[in-house]
Amino acid sequence: MTDLTQAPMTPANSILGGSAEMRRRNAAEARFRLYGMVAISISLGVLAIMLWTIFADGVSAFRQAKLTFPITLSSEVLDPKGNANRDEMAKVTTIGYGKLIAAAFEAELTARGISTEGISAKDLAGLISKDAPGVLRAEVLADPSLLDTVQNRSILAAGRVDGYLKGRVTRETAERDNQISPAMLDLTDRLIEAGILSAPFNSRFLTSPDASDQRPEAAGLGVAILGSAYMMLLVALICVPIGVAASIYLEEFAPKNRLTDVIEVNISNLAAVPSIVFGILGLAVFINFAGFPQSSPLVGALVISLMTLPTIIIATRAAIRAVPPSIRGAALGVGASKMQTVFHHVLPLAMPGILTGAILGLASALGETAPLLLIGMVAFVDNYPAAPPEGLLDPATALPVQVYAWASRSDPAFIERSSGAIIVLLAFLVVMNVTAILLRRKFERRW
Amino acid sequence: MTALTLVALILVLAMAAYLAGRRRAVSTAAGDIRKLHSLPGYYGWFAALAAALPALTLLILWLIAQPIYLERAVLPDLPAATVADDTARALAMADVRRVAGGLDTAVATGAMTEAEAGRIRAELTDVRSRLAEVGVALGTSVAPETLRAAQSYRLASHSAVMMRDIAVIALALIGLAVALTLIRPDFRARNRVERVVLGALIAASTIAILTTVGIIWSMLSESLNFFAQYPAADFFFGLTWSPNFRGGSDLGFLPLLWGTLYISLVAMIVAVPLGLFTAIYLAEYASPRLRAWVKPLIEVIAGIPTVVFGLFALITVGPFLRDYFAQPLGLGTSGASVMTAGVVIGILNIPFISSLADDIINAVPQSLRDGSYGLGATRSETVRQVILPAALPGIVGAVLLATSRAIGETMIVTMGAGAAAKLSLNPFEAMTTMTVKIVGQLTGDTDFASPETLVAFALGITLFVITLGLNVFALYIVRKYREQYE
Repeated sequence: MTDLTQAPMTPANSILGGSAEMRRRNAAEARFRLYGMVAISISLGVLAIMLWTIFADGVSAFRQAKLTFPITLSSEVLDPKGNANRDEMAKVTTIGYGKLIAAAFEAELTARGISTEGISAKDLAGLISKDAPGVLRAEVLADPSLLDTVQNRSILAAGRVDGYLKGRVTRETAERDNQISPAMLDLTDRLIEAGILSAPFNSRFLTSPDASDQRPEAAGLGVAILGSAYMMLLVALICVPIGVAASIYLEEFAPKNRLTDVIEVNISNLAAVPSIVFGILGLAVFINFAGFPQSSPLVGALVISLMTLPTIIIATRAAIRAVPPSIRGAALGVGASKMQTVFHHVLPLAMPGILTGAILGLASALGETAPLLLIGMVAFVDNYPAAPPEGLLDPATALPVQVYAWASRSDPAFIERSSGAIIVLLAFLVVMNVTAILLRRKFERRW
Repeated sequence: MTALTLVALILVLAMAAYLAGRRRAVSTAAGDIRKLHSLPGYYGWFAALAAALPALTLLILWLIAQPIYLERAVLPDLPAATVADDTARALAMADVRRVAGGLDTAVATGAMTEAEAGRIRAELTDVRSRLAEVGVALGTSVAPETLRAAQSYRLASHSAVMMRDIAVIALALIGLAVALTLIRPDFRARNRVERVVLGALIAASTIAILTTVGIIWSMLSESLNFFAQYPAADFFFGLTWSPNFRGGSDLGFLPLLWGTLYISLVAMIVAVPLGLFTAIYLAEYASPRLRAWVKPLIEVIAGIPTVVFGLFALITVGPFLRDYFAQPLGLGTSGASVMTAGVVIGILNIPFISSLADDIINAVPQSLRDGSYGLGATRSETVRQVILPAALPGIVGAVLLATSRAIGETMIVTMGAGAAAKLSLNPFEAMTTMTVKIVGQLTGDTDFASPETLVAFALGITLFVITLGLNVFALYIVRKYREQYE
């Protein structure tokens, strides 16, 4: 009896330890498990870092430095003939308006007793965005009754001032910069104190068109958002009906023959063709051969439709396949034709799955960039495309292309814009994906 | 009438045809629809299709044929010297079309009467300034021959459009009339309509074939143009890439291939271990709750547009690698490098490899695991010695698919790899890839006659062949070995 109680509870070669061999194996087990966790943490960590840097860089694009001061729209300068005739007034160029704004700015500083010591008149005008005169001119030309009134206006400050407010421009960099000097930054500090300079929400970032290299402060996403919206609309109209029709044929009607095999192989191969190849196709077929205009949303949509088609077909076929054969049998049994069975019963039951797949396909289409570069959508466009249908042939850009275009400009202020554009793009993607997930949750059916 | 109005008119006609066909079916059955072969709606659809389909087909053919016919009609008016070859003819025709369009605008805005537009002579009037008044800008002043050609172009196109409208509408009406005479209670309308629908379904599914044909045709024809101007051997075996738009370029493909393969190699060195260990952990170790959270999060990476990764490479990864690795090691001073692009492409490919590998690991039968555990193996031993060998062909297939994606990736390399074509081993040096050069040669001002532009098509078809070959090979491996346990 006593022998039994004294016997060791764990055998010498238990997997819980004991022998050196077992310890080695268990250590290997622990290491292996650790590798897996490290791999997952690296992947998710990099994702988090990427999103964080982009948000950190981009969120400031939604705020913009603006100078607020009264401007007297003197008719002596703006309407020298004094007859409020628009054609006559249009002879005053933005240079005239620029001088008017600069003078008003200087007058305001003098009136508020803000010292402008050591700053030339040219530097003072340099605090104001070169975009401001154009905006004011368009406004006055649209409404000549503004003449000879005093308007309290918020106008864009220059890109460097904006950069100073956002920490991109410091006194050190200003030393080496010919567009701004430390003295101007001192004045900027005084302007903030006096409440003339502030950085309110920047709705123009979402609405105004792109601006040239020299004025990052005025660049906006208006044309890009519109262009992307046109393209997505067209892609949905082209891709979803064709994709659904092709899937119905392949799932429900296609006989097992050579043609069907060729189609199947083509669809799976097209899904793996690099996107840039579709750009070459678009350039050669739609622009050079068919003669559609470059940079137009129509060509972009056609190219992206061809790219998205395999994705949508694969998703739709899965949704159709998920409808149980009993439904088809029942419909055929009460005398429906094959076509009626599909269109009256199978398709409606597969619809939630099809919609989910279509939205996810559109979401990936929205982020597609490379093929659009080749069909000219990377061009600088500062006019809004017209309303459809004519607008579908007007030059436009797209959100992801705008990200690329801004990222390749030299002024660091455009990196902020580029990141801001990504935030907008990701917001659209999140909305689309969440919609797809909610649709799936709501209509998902287990047979 | 514009083509769009005509289409709208046909559609209205088709709607009327639907109602007429339906009513006719019901009335031939004396109101008792049980006597009809098909539901009344099918008779309506039949009538609508009979009215719209032939008319729309004719319209499409006409729209294709009309420019060719008009060119024929106008060519005799132009001096033979200006239409000597195809390019000159296209330019001359573009001029004629622009002047004709200008005359149309002038008539439409009331600046000219119809008779005046047909009568004015370039010898007597300054046509350019007359057209400029109505906002039609012409580059050069108008030659008398061009103006005359434009006037006959207008006349011919007006009569052609008139004839088109009449023919299309007549065909729609004939189609409708024929359909209505065919409709009787025993007419099998449903079968006819369904046959048309089936035709449409087949047409939709052949788009995939057409796309492939389009890709191959467009790239092959331009590539042949390229190889007619630039020797193929120099392209495929050339060691320098220095395009020069004034001619005399070296367009050697090997530096680009090297850059592409080097970057893909770095990408796979990053993506394969990370993706594989992620998949193994999720499939074999993770609790269902952890899996439910981590798997979608990893897949978020796949949903982010590549241009975002491109910006990440440009502003974060590139400077980081340069400041902490390349410069301290004395290997380079460039933010754009093989490492930058490779690492970021690798990260992009993690979810791709992990989800494919996850599927493959889960497809390994549980009995193999149970057998291994029963013999006393630990989990990691089971994974390494039983599951991975069983899943190996599938995993190799997944890695090949991921490599093919890395080779075809464009935005990340455009933003992160640089533009200098080099044959170097230093991973911290900027190199370039086929995709970067396709973008480079085809954006901006391009001249589709010069080899410097056409080389992009040769690069494109090479890229297409490489990626397609990898894909076909990968799918072959995956398919061949997946069936082992089924």
